[in-house]
Amino acid sequence: MTSRLLLPAALRRYAGEQAEVEIRGGTLGAALDDLAERHPQLERRLRDEQGRLRPHVLMFVDGVSVRGGAPMETTVSDGAEVFVAPAVSGGSG
Amino acid sequence: MSLAILLAGTRKGLMIARSADDRRTWATSDFQFLNQEVYSVAIDTRHDPPRIFAGVGTGHWGPLLTYSDDLGKSWTEPVAPPIGFPTGSDAAVARVWQLQPATAQQPDVVYAGVEPHALFRSDDRGESFSLVEGLWEHPDRPSWQPGGGGACLHTVLTHPTDPDDLIVVMSAAGVYRSQDGGANWKPANRGIQVANVPEDQRFPVFGQCVHKVAFHPATPQRLFAQNHFGVYRSEDRGDSWAPIESGLPSNFGFAMVAHPHRPDVLYNFPLQADAERFPPEARLRVYRTEDAGASWEPLSRGLPEDPYYGAVLRDSMVADSLDPVGVYFGTRLGEVYASRDDGDSWSMIAEHLPDVLSVRVAEVA
Repeated sequence: MTSRLLLPAALRRYAGEQAEVEIRGGTLGAALDDLAERHPQLERRLRDEQGRLRPHVLMFVDGVSVRGGAPMETTVSDGAEVFVAPAVSGGSG
Repeated sequence: MSLAILLAGTRKGLMIARSADDRRTWATSDFQFLNQEVYSVAIDTRHDPPRIFAGVGTGHWGPLLTYSDDLGKSWTEPVAPPIGFPTGSDAAVARVWQLQPATAQQPDVVYAGVEPHALFRSDDRGESFSLVEGLWEHPDRPSWQPGGGGACLHTVLTHPTDPDDLIVVMSAAGVYRSQDGGANWKPANRGIQVANVPEDQRFPVFGQCVHKVAFHPATPQRLFAQNHFGVYRSEDRGDSWAPIESGLPSNFGFAMVAHPHRPDVLYNFPLQADAERFPPEARLRVYRTEDAGASWEPLSRGLPEDPYYGAVLRDSMVADSLDPVGVYFGTRLGEVYASRDDGDSWSMIAEHLPDVLSVRVAEVA
C-alpha cells in the first residue's frame, strides 16, 4: 500500500522541504513506522516514543479524522491521502 | 580577548548574548527557535569547541533536544531520537527541564531531567540518552505528585570528585540522592517542611516541593535549598536540613545560586508568596548572604526602582566563574540583568523578550 502524507508548512523542513511524502503501509501505524525509517525527525513530531499520536496533532485519512479509538489501526488504502495539521489547541499564548 | 556567551531560554525562543569586553556590553540580537519554549539550556565547556544544548518545546510537535558546536550558528538534532522512555514503559517525555553536563572526570556524560519525573544519562555528549532505571523504578515514584509547573525533575547536581554521588530535585517529590551512580536512591528531605498540610504531617520523608538546590564545589557536603515556603541549609549533603531564612523578606521563591569562589556566599531571589509571585514590596532585589545564610542583604543598585512585578524562575539565575563573579537573572517580564561585581551593582542587558525560563552563561574563548 502506498499513500501520500500531506504536511503543514511547519513540518516540511523535516522532509526536504517537500509538501508531501510517500508512505507505505496498510494501517496508519505501519505507514508511520515506514516514515520513521526514512524521515525519523518528521515521524517523531507526529508520534511520541510509545508510538502514540501526539496530543495536539490532527491526522485525517481521506478526510476522516483518526482521533478516538485506536488511531494507529486506521486502515490506509492504496492511494490514500493522509493529512496532518496542528490542532488549534496546544499553544501557550 | 575572551568571549562570554549567555543563553536565555524564553517562552518563545532562545536569546544568545555575547560579550567580548569582559562582560561590559552584550550583543543581544540573536534570537532563535521562534515561538518555541526553551525550558533548559546548557553550555558544556569540557571540550573544545564548547557544545551548547537546548531543550526545546515545539508546541504541537513534542519536545526536542538539540545542540550546537558553533555557539549557536547551527544546530544538530540527532537522527535517532536522543531522549525517550523505553518502549512499553507507557511514558513519554513531555518536557526537558534540565540539561546538566557532569564533571570533568566524565567529559562525555550529560544528564537530563524531564517531565514526567525521570532522569536520563548520556555517555556520548548528548547524542543519545538512557533512562536511569534506578530512579524510575523507585518505590516512591507512584506517590510523587506534580508541582504547579508539572511533574518535573528540574535539578541535577553532580559531586565534584565522586561521579557516583548524584542529587536530583523534583517537584513535588523533593530531594533524592544516589551514592552509586544512580542505581539506588534515597529521599533527602529531613527537616524540610510541607507548609500547607496538617501540622503533624509537615515533615514527610518525601513530597516536598523543593524548587532549587545549590552548592559550592569546594564544600559538596553543604547544600542550600529553596523550598515552596522555606530556605534551608544542609551540612551533611541532604541527610538533614535547617532553616536559614531569617533576614529574608520571604521564604518563598525559586532561584538560588552559589558563588563559584566563596563557599559562604549564596544568592536568592525571594517572592512574596505562592499566591503572590512578585518581588516583596514589588521591589526588584536579589538577596545575598556572605555567611552561609546567617544573614542576608538586599542588592538593588542599578535595578529598577519602580514597582516591579516580574518573578524569576528556578533556572533563570546563574553565576559565571570569573573573578569578580558575574551574576545574571532573567525575569518573567522578559528582561535580563547582569552584575559583574559579585552582585554589588546591576545593569539590564536585554529587554522586551518573552518571559525568561532558563539562563546559562560561560566564558567560551
